[in-house]
Amino acid sequence: MSDLALSFRRRALGHASFAVGGALTLLLLLSAALSLAWTPWPVYELDIPHKLQLPSAAHWFGTDSLGRDVLSELLAGARTSILVGVIAVGIGVVLGTALGLIAAARRGWLEELVMRFSDFAFAFPAILSAIMLSALLGPGIVNSIVAIGIFNVPVFARLTRAQAKAVWAREFVLAARAAGKGGFRITLEHVLPNILSVIVVQATIQFATAILAEAALSYLGLGTQPPQPSWGRMLNEAQLQLLQAPRLAIFPGLAIALSVLGLNLLGDGLRDLLDPRLARKR
Amino acid sequence: MGFFLAKRVATFAATLVAASVLIFLVLEILPGNPAQVILGPDAPASAVEALARKLGVDRPPVERYLDWIGGLLRGDLGTSYAYGTPVGEIVAERLAVSLPLAILAMALTAALALSAGIFAAAKHNTGGDIGVMALSQLGIAIPSFWLAILLILFFAVELRWVSAGGFPGWSAGFWPALKALILPAVALAAVQAAILARITRSAVLEVSREDFVRTARAKGLSRGETLRRHVLRNAMIPIVTIMGLQFANLVAGAIVVENVFYLPGLGRLMFQSIANRDIAVIRDVVMLLAGMVVLVNFAVDLLYAAIDPRLRAQDV
Amino acid sequence: MALLEVEDLEVRLRTARGMAAAVRGASFALERGESLGLVGESGSGKSMTALALLGLLPEGAELSGSIRFEGRELVGLAESELCKLRGDRIGIVFQEPMTALNPLHAVGRQVAEPLRLHRGLSNSAAREAAIALLDRVGLPDAARRSHAYPHQLSGGQRQRVVIAMALACGPDLLIADEPTTALDVTLQRQILDRLAELSEESGMALLLISHDLGVIAENTRRMLVMYGGSIVESGPTAAVLKRLAHPYSQGLLGARPRLGAGRGNRLATIPGSAPELAEIPAGCPFVERCRLAIDACRAAPPPPEAVGPGHVARCIRLDAAGARP
Repeated sequence: MSDLALSFRRRALGHASFAVGGALTLLLLLSAALSLAWTPWPVYELDIPHKLQLPSAAHWFGTDSLGRDVLSELLAGARTSILVGVIAVGIGVVLGTALGLIAAARRGWLEELVMRFSDFAFAFPAILSAIMLSALLGPGIVNSIVAIGIFNVPVFARLTRAQAKAVWAREFVLAARAAGKGGFRITLEHVLPNILSVIVVQATIQFATAILAEAALSYLGLGTQPPQPSWGRMLNEAQLQLLQAPRLAIFPGLAIALSVLGLNLLGDGLRDLLDPRLARKR
Repeated sequence: MGFFLAKRVATFAATLVAASVLIFLVLEILPGNPAQVILGPDAPASAVEALARKLGVDRPPVERYLDWIGGLLRGDLGTSYAYGTPVGEIVAERLAVSLPLAILAMALTAALALSAGIFAAAKHNTGGDIGVMALSQLGIAIPSFWLAILLILFFAVELRWVSAGGFPGWSAGFWPALKALILPAVALAAVQAAILARITRSAVLEVSREDFVRTARAKGLSRGETLRRHVLRNAMIPIVTIMGLQFANLVAGAIVVENVFYLPGLGRLMFQSIANRDIAVIRDVVMLLAGMVVLVNFAVDLLYAAIDPRLRAQDV
Repeated sequence: MALLEVEDLEVRLRTARGMAAAVRGASFALERGESLGLVGESGSGKSMTALALLGLLPEGAELSGSIRFEGRELVGLAESELCKLRGDRIGIVFQEPMTALNPLHAVGRQVAEPLRLHRGLSNSAAREAAIALLDRVGLPDAARRSHAYPHQLSGGQRQRVVIAMALACGPDLLIADEPTTALDVTLQRQILDRLAELSEESGMALLLISHDLGVIAENTRRMLVMYGGSIVESGPTAAVLKRLAHPYSQGLLGARPRLGAGRGNRLATIPGSAPELAEIPAGCPFVERCRLAIDACRAAPPPPEAVGPGHVARCIRLDAAGARP
């Protein structure tokens, strides 16, 4: 009975996280969508005479060292963050979930292999590896997507395997096996639908991690290349003007932090709402 | 205990070998002949070939791998293509910055996270708990390099308490050198502390619900005494696990943060070496970082056994 | 003055549907050296009664009524004062020996802990005393086993450790909450016999909580039957068992499996299941499951009715139940 009270409280908190996280995530999506149709100023246009301007009616967030409109750059930067996040997490979800499902269905040496690989990749710092890969393959947005994506694979492989194994042990799977259904059909019809919500929650949180990783890579100059807008690179450029225009370092960082915060809250809220029995591990 | 230790040591060694092979293979596919990179794109082919032979990059990969590992075991880390000096010397110099930074950041992480997490658990479901959790959610969302920039803005530009970056070297005295590491350590520790505080809180809460905690209270121990004597040590098991993994993240995060503060550490060295295609240095630095991570996780495994008698031999 | 006097004890717990009473107006007394049995199904409120006596109710629980221990009121007593009583004057043995011990500490140290806490014994003196205690509760080879960790001991051995821990400071009252339920039958008897001997030796009062009438019958002099948070029947154990008066108590006896019962004899059960806390009816708590229930049973909680000397039942249908001679 006190468990029920607990889950109720958790659901209420879940609603709050979900609402705040959802609003911030929506803001991120709308910014990106808006930037496709309209930005206050052209994103790529340099305007040296009007460089380093303070926020004004014409430039709400001011201009940077090359006279570009900061607000326009921020809006367009959301586009880059989402692009990298969606594709990198997509790579992780597709490959990782497939590996995890296979490991859970086939067991034996195959499962062992997938898990050893995941453990190894997991113990290795993802950013270090992403930096190395980006450096090896050359800087650029495509390579940083690949690098971030690769290190999402073990995250989803581990999660999927653990969840799928739990489903495989349930009665209705036993019944399906008794009815003569094969591993592939059981995986598609029973296992996958039952673990989907967990994967969606994790994908939301990995999305946040991918945004952070893209920003870090771009800050180091290994990610998105100019003139393509990126919050991480805006911070890199802002650091050169730290004394003259500290505000330039504030806005992109805020954009990153709010996006990451929003996605994490959304993920936590979703987890609590989708399955109140799921223990919070963080 | 003997068997446990032997198994751990074997895993430790196997992981190191696997890491070295992986690092070697990945660097094999690095585009660009080092000799060509050193001499520039306009160098005559004959000169490039001669240098390649001198550097030994024209020999078969297996031979070069064994050479590399043999050198590492003897303590010979090879010669930097870019600097022309022994890699060992360069690395040692950089390690004098990175290692204290990592230790300082880890200590900060542990101190912050444990106190915040235990506080939140003790004040479970009150304003204090929710406040700490909200703060940690914020801490996780802030990129470490942005926090680094904010710290510079506030403490170096506004208050002028510390310099905005650079490292005076340990020869300049202990305090000036340490002072240069404080802000980077804070920037590194904040995110990790936020994550660890959440882990600590849930671990303490989980253990608090165990029957033996009720037993301890029934003995007449107060809440605080029960927490100190019975809950914390049990909660340390998941906390230590995460701390081991976090050390890897600290090492990686240091690459970024060292760049923000212009600290001459391993991270910056690696970054520069990647720009220079200085494979000898990259290989050794990455191997060193990986080795440190594996070593810390090995230590965590041993720590488990020290904490939990169930993992030791069953012979009473 | 009785050692323990409980009057109108009421425990309210936080549930999904608001506060609900788990113990409703329980009153009983326990003399020095006496043994009292408390019997009931799980959810009857017997464990909550035990926790209330120690001031260890779950977070958010509300406690009212009166608990006097050696004449001193425990309800509303400062936490620091309760800490001094717990483990010193009042000891408790919980049901689950597998989880009641800290897995990371050697058992000798856990037994020694109350002695260091309440008696201020040095480490070595406490350790010696712990070994003597382990020996007293019947743990073979106590000196060596005191260095063992809980996972290295069997369930029976662990329960002996838990008992040694509860007895460490020589309490005036020992509460044993289903102390042997998790153990097999032979061990049950050994451990209960040892508990009874120890309480006789030291003049310690024993409150034995069990769902098993047999355990209560063999080990206590007086007994209480609890249902839905209320004490529905009480009296000297022998007299109560000779003539179970309350329809619930009668059902409880029928539900016991008996050795040697013919194959054809099915186990009698009480129809229905114990009510949720929030759904306990206003009148007699047992009314929904009682075969003798009449409308008057729902009107008000039944008053205590004498059945024999010291034997009381809260039921207005005692005649129909065949409780009166």
